[in-house]
Amino acid sequence: MNIVVCIKQVPDTAEVKINPETNTLIREGVPSIINPFDMHAIEAGLQIREKIGGKVTVITMGPPQAETALRDALSMGADDAVLLTDRAFAGSDTWATSYTLSKAVKKIGADIIICGKQAIDGDTAQVGPEMAEFLDIPHISYIRNIEEIRADYIRVQRLMESGYDIVESPIPVLLTVVKEINEPRLPSLKGKMAAKKAVIKKWTSSDIGADADKIGLKGSPTQVKNIFAPEAKTDRKMLEGSPEEQIDTLIQELRQLKCM
Amino acid sequence: MYVIVNIEKCTGCEECLSSCPFDAIDIKEGKAFINENCQVCMACLSACPEDAIIETEKEETAEIDAQEFKGVWIFAEQREGKVASVAYELLGAGRRLSDELATELSAVLFGASESEAQELIKWGADRVYLSVDPLFEKFNDEPYSKLLIRLIKQYQPEIVLAGATPIGRSFIPRVAAKLRTGLTADCTSLEIDKETRNLLQIRPAFGGNIMATILCPNNRPQMATVRPRVMKRGQYNENRAGEIIPIKAYGISSRTKVLETVKEISDILVNLQEADIIISGGRGLSSPHGFKLLEELAGLIGGAVGSSRAAVDEGWISYSHQVGQTGKTVCPKIYFACGISGAVQHLVGMQSSDIIIAINKNPEAPIFNVATFGIVGDLYEIIPLLIKKIKEMREIGKTANG
Repeated sequence: MNIVVCIKQVPDTAEVKINPETNTLIREGVPSIINPFDMHAIEAGLQIREKIGGKVTVITMGPPQAETALRDALSMGADDAVLLTDRAFAGSDTWATSYTLSKAVKKIGADIIICGKQAIDGDTAQVGPEMAEFLDIPHISYIRNIEEIRADYIRVQRLMESGYDIVESPIPVLLTVVKEINEPRLPSLKGKMAAKKAVIKKWTSSDIGADADKIGLKGSPTQVKNIFAPEAKTDRKMLEGSPEEQIDTLIQELRQLKCM
Repeated sequence: MYVIVNIEKCTGCEECLSSCPFDAIDIKEGKAFINENCQVCMACLSACPEDAIIETEKEETAEIDAQEFKGVWIFAEQREGKVASVAYELLGAGRRLSDELATELSAVLFGASESEAQELIKWGADRVYLSVDPLFEKFNDEPYSKLLIRLIKQYQPEIVLAGATPIGRSFIPRVAAKLRTGLTADCTSLEIDKETRNLLQIRPAFGGNIMATILCPNNRPQMATVRPRVMKRGQYNENRAGEIIPIKAYGISSRTKVLETVKEISDILVNLQEADIIISGGRGLSSPHGFKLLEELAGLIGGAVGSSRAAVDEGWISYSHQVGQTGKTVCPKIYFACGISGAVQHLVGMQSSDIIIAINKNPEAPIFNVATFGIVGDLYEIIPLLIKKIKEMREIGKTANG
């Protein structure tokens, strides 16, 4: 079973600070981490390999420093890593990113592709399903449990708003996973040593045979017109007095707002 | 996917004409032509004795003529045959956009009945494209995306909106990928640029700390998923007239199959994204028993119980209740944050709630920065008091009415 896990290096937003004057993120000095959902994707890939055998390849698209994320994945136990890095990839939106990743996946040859549900910087959750369309394979989103997997068949639980669906699919298939699916393992010492020495493949757009019109800024249908700070709440009110008085004020306020 | 006729091979025998269920083949000057009625059902392929009719994967070009795309569409998702409330919100937003563009508003409904389609018209749709095919009763990404792609190619709307729900967020990306067009996730505001007719798609980025305006200037349709509970419903009009266009799903199948839909049984409402009131607890509860108190309040005022990640990590409540960056994004009318300090990851999941009531011992807790009403105090004192007051009010109400 050839398993490909797509990961993204993101700023660790737990450590992101907000500039109180401009209400923008201070990105300098913010450490980079593997997107938390992708940690669960890597773990899912490793567990499938342990269960039915195969090879786990992690791939990412990004600047040269994204190599760190791939080494972290290797230290967890992934077999192989590919970094898609090329200045021509810069400025990709989800369409161009999905196209680029799908070209790399085709080159590697995959039976199962696993992605995290979404990345915590963009929160779009679009790259996984878009890739599946480019690869012309089925996909299942928001997987919280893999109930059964064989060489040509998978049955999973898909998280929905008020419960879950049990969904089956033939393989090849693309899966996106939520945190509930597993607990990502910590890297072993042996894994860390191996990851340090591992040779990471670096592919450019020509290596994957990407169409120049479909990658990077040029291949991206969407454009960011502008960014701005969200409107600050101006109606903040700290309630005062004894607990009893505070509750009375609260109920009164809510009544005025016709909420009670 | 398109069906075309290889003119060199076509002998004009007209064998294909009767094979077409859609009247989509014309004979002109002794050759067959596929017209715009074609639903790509492929029935004619095997009917042709010359193998002159073929399917082709026409490459979508980046250059399109935006003028050829007209109309605003919303995708109306259903669960068990009932249209989801987000669809009515989309109609509200879509009506406003289509009026500004002086164009029509259409809804696309798969797997529900004609009476549900009528409801969409009463809520503002001029037209509903309806497929009653049982294939769409349960949600599978492939058939949903295939049929929507086919319809968009055929009717060429300029804007397509869907809910940013598990369904919309899962299959709409496939549609955008195939149509080679842009898709903006999770929009919270939509405007029209009058000069260019471009859709200005506004969404939170970087965990809600920045808002971004996204454009899709050179590709059509412009596609966006819209956060539930953000857009306002339009006017309901019992007498509104509209057109229902039945759609067939010829040639569409699904490789995935939904075997079972399991509802998680819970005494309280877990459907956080639909709830009007959410009462969330965090580390400040100090123990799992705190959630019993929150459940009591929730039960009293018809709310759902949420939590911060800290409480989930402590094992006090299940992940399905988690609000925040790695949990659910919610925007109820009232959000109670009880014993939640207000880490940015939690704030991004709830700060667009209409009213936020924060209860925390620490007056410096960042949750107070986003709170509409802040109460500094012990939640184990405040909440029982609130419960008591509400019960008293109801008693008085009952007596007054009786």
